[in-house]
Amino acid sequence: MPDQIEKTTPDPVGAAGAITDAAVTGAATAAPKREKARSLGSDAWYDLRRNPVFVISALLILFLVVVSIWPGLFSSTSPNDCDITKSRHTAESGHPFGYNLQGCDVYARTVYGARASVTVGVCVTVGVALLGGILGGLAGFFGGWWDSILSRITDIFFGIPILLGGLVFLSVINSRSIWVVMGFMIALAWPQISRIARGSVISAKQQDYVQAARALGAGTGRIMLRHILPNAVAPVIVVATIALGTFVSLEATLSFLGVGLEAPTVSWGMDISTAAVQYRNAPHMLLYPAGALSITVLAFIMLGDAVRDALDPKLR
Amino acid sequence: MGRYVIRRLLQMVPVFLGTTFLIFIMVYALGDPVLAFFGDRTPDDATLAAKRHELGLDKPMWEQYVTYMGNVFTGDFGTAFNGQKVTELMGHAFPITIRLTLVAITIEIVFGVGLGLLAGLRRGRIADSSTLIFTLIVISIPTFVTGYLLQYFLAVEWKVIDPAVSADANFSELIVPGFVLAGVSLAYVTRLTRTSIVENLRADYLRTAVAKGLPRRRVITVHLLRNSLIPVVTHLGTDLGLLMGGALVTERIFNIQGVGFQLWNGVLRQNSQTVVGFVTILVLIFLLANLLVDLLYAVLDPRIRYA
Repeated sequence: MPDQIEKTTPDPVGAAGAITDAAVTGAATAAPKREKARSLGSDAWYDLRRNPVFVISALLILFLVVVSIWPGLFSSTSPNDCDITKSRHTAESGHPFGYNLQGCDVYARTVYGARASVTVGVCVTVGVALLGGILGGLAGFFGGWWDSILSRITDIFFGIPILLGGLVFLSVINSRSIWVVMGFMIALAWPQISRIARGSVISAKQQDYVQAARALGAGTGRIMLRHILPNAVAPVIVVATIALGTFVSLEATLSFLGVGLEAPTVSWGMDISTAAVQYRNAPHMLLYPAGALSITVLAFIMLGDAVRDALDPKLR
Repeated sequence: MGRYVIRRLLQMVPVFLGTTFLIFIMVYALGDPVLAFFGDRTPDDATLAAKRHELGLDKPMWEQYVTYMGNVFTGDFGTAFNGQKVTELMGHAFPITIRLTLVAITIEIVFGVGLGLLAGLRRGRIADSSTLIFTLIVISIPTFVTGYLLQYFLAVEWKVIDPAVSADANFSELIVPGFVLAGVSLAYVTRLTRTSIVENLRADYLRTAVAKGLPRRRVITVHLLRNSLIPVVTHLGTDLGLLMGGALVTERIFNIQGVGFQLWNGVLRQNSQTVVGFVTILVLIFLLANLLVDLLYAVLDPRIRYA
């Protein structure tokens, strides 16, 4: 990489090198004063802690995570321990949400359903951010044929609306574990992040500090990790956090359509789907899982909003 | 402009082929349409092989795909396993879903842009914060929950509408399903418009327009709104895919016999011809809509010129 630059711009390299050298030594001497100037990350964290929306959503999410890890703490009844004679019964002591069509305790099922939603939301977001971020980032950094191929692949995946794809692809798979559903969602959702990562890496690559680092003789790996990554990662984090809520909602919709999670797994989407058949006679079967689902999505969307406000300097 | 359109149309070709091939492989490689044809009974191998040969399913995948695409371009989408022509099914289903999508998009534009404009102009006041809370709530409640709730209250409790839409699916019957379908996107359009309006309120050209004494109405409609709509238009293009996917859910709740209904039946009965045919058309619509959006850019923003 360095010799490529020397070929194209032989003269300014020395000058730029000298200037940045001076800047670097200047920065080194000014190092003790540094704790006053905050990085974008700590600045964002400072903003977040003071944002009531973030505090509320973070507490809600913390609660949801605790529920999904230890559901037994909140419900002593098992979600699959059903008594058909109690089908569609309303609330009674010890069973505050009543019973569903199969006579299972709606409260227990609502508590145990949190695990599927939270797992899918978090894992799909992390997977999409990593896969899309790395592929898109590399395409933006190196350009060339890899970039062209990746852009075409992105276009192809963009042509398939995700629910439509879910109906077609997932319906032909016989046993859909939570991993299959998550894998499918990652496979169809990563291009969105990849486009954003590509764009933000390209704009970071053209900045003067990257030229300067290169002129100083920094290797490709160092430029990528120390200069481009910290400056290009913010938009990816913002879009991924906002998408988290929609992934939770998407899993529920797929399960509702009957192409998402399957029986032994407890999922709010599936429960809403079975409750919907009889909801006119027993609305409580529908309302509790639907309410829990909506609150979960709301918490994640609020978190995404707060993170965006903190990380996007344009909106300050 | 003409050259730009042609270039874009040419770029669409590999994307269209890639997308449809992906779907083709998924439907034919993972499912077994011939076994589905016989229902619960398992026929002997000879019958299976004969049927496969008759339908051309014993050929390699790419050859089947080429034959299929060749047929599609002559307007032949094949026959569903119950003997109905797929084009015939499309003729019934597409007008209904197009009507539903039109209703939803109109609702999205009218209410989304209207609310966004209101919130943006009254930034930081009560109208703004209540709009923000409203959009948060709408985004959080999944479409199928909103659908059942509206159906329950409007149709069952208050009897304002019929719970199921008739086979004709007139515009008047599609208003409530249209609201359900538009819901989440409406909230996104509102937020997008608001952000865009707030940003442009600080623009120099707006200060100039106010300073030279233009009436407020003209400043808002011609100067502010027109410039703020550019990101909204992009969103509407990609949103079409979301709406077509959402139609699967909405049509199921309100028993509308449109594309979602046919696709659902096709998937349930492993009717590969129907599924691939419908999805092919949907992908095509989606790609064309995005092209249309890019052309609309030039209309909204005279700085953008296509060579």
